Amino acid sequence: MTPPAEVVHWMFATGFLFLGLCLLAETIVGREVWRRRSWRKYLWPGTAFLMGLLMWPVMVFFTSSAIHMLAHGVWAQTMMLAGAAQLALVRGKLRNPLWELTLPLALAVSGGAFLIHEQNPWLFSRAAFLHHALGWTALVGAVITLGLFARPRSPVFNTGFALVFLAFATLLFCDRNVAPIFGHLSPLAGAK
Amino acid sequence: MDAELVRERARARTRHSRRNTAVSALGPLTALAGLIWALVQPYRVTLLDPDHGHGFWYLAIQPPLLVILVGAIFHFWVVPGLLADLEDVEERR
Repeated sequence: MTPPAEVVHWMFATGFLFLGLCLLAETIVGREVWRRRSWRKYLWPGTAFLMGLLMWPVMVFFTSSAIHMLAHGVWAQTMMLAGAAQLALVRGKLRNPLWELTLPLALAVSGGAFLIHEQNPWLFSRAAFLHHALGWTALVGAVITLGLFARPRSPVFNTGFALVFLAFATLLFCDRNVAPIFGHLSPLAGAK
Repeated sequence: MDAELVRERARARTRHSRRNTAVSALGPLTALAGLIWALVQPYRVTLLDPDHGHGFWYLAIQPPLLVILVGAIFHFWVVPGLLADLEDVEERR
């Protein structure tokens, strides 16, 4: 009853899409309005923590090599760290703004994990292409969140942060187990 | 002085109305994107061909329908409260 890998990616994409819409709405209305209800205040950090938690079963059931498993494990840990730090900052348990840096760290590690464990070139298959694209998107996200750390109220960085999640969702929805990318599919990847 | 106050309030209302429109449009635009995707790639909607031998997961998780669902949930669950809070904050200013 384990879902196929592509279906897992689509489920994560659904979560990212919802989160991206919420972050975009927060940018439009402003943090003051968004945080007037507590469930909205905790939505983003809570989801980040949950996604880190869900990355563990992904690591256990869907990784096919040691490097794949290690990448997902490191990724799970940094996502949980960022989510927990954000939760504590919102709650007021943590006061040092340097904890905000766990977010660019999580995105940089996620991007690195994508790029390091994908050992095939961009046009090897659609999955390889998406790993590269997602990795670079996460690294761009890390730069954006560093900007957000320096200028938390900047509409450009806040919009960029939301768009990173919408880009994640789009790329994950494009994932298939075996499929060509721009007409390319290596015979080693399963082309007939 | 009064005229200046009226102009300032009118500007604030316009700003508010633009934010209101932008937030209200997010859900329908997302659902529209899902609908267009379903029309462009109907084979991604396995419900249209349930006898084809698709397993449980492929019948339960259909990307274009998920996009439409997210748009609808966002529009009907998140947006109403957000708009109420936005109006409240704008009125206090």
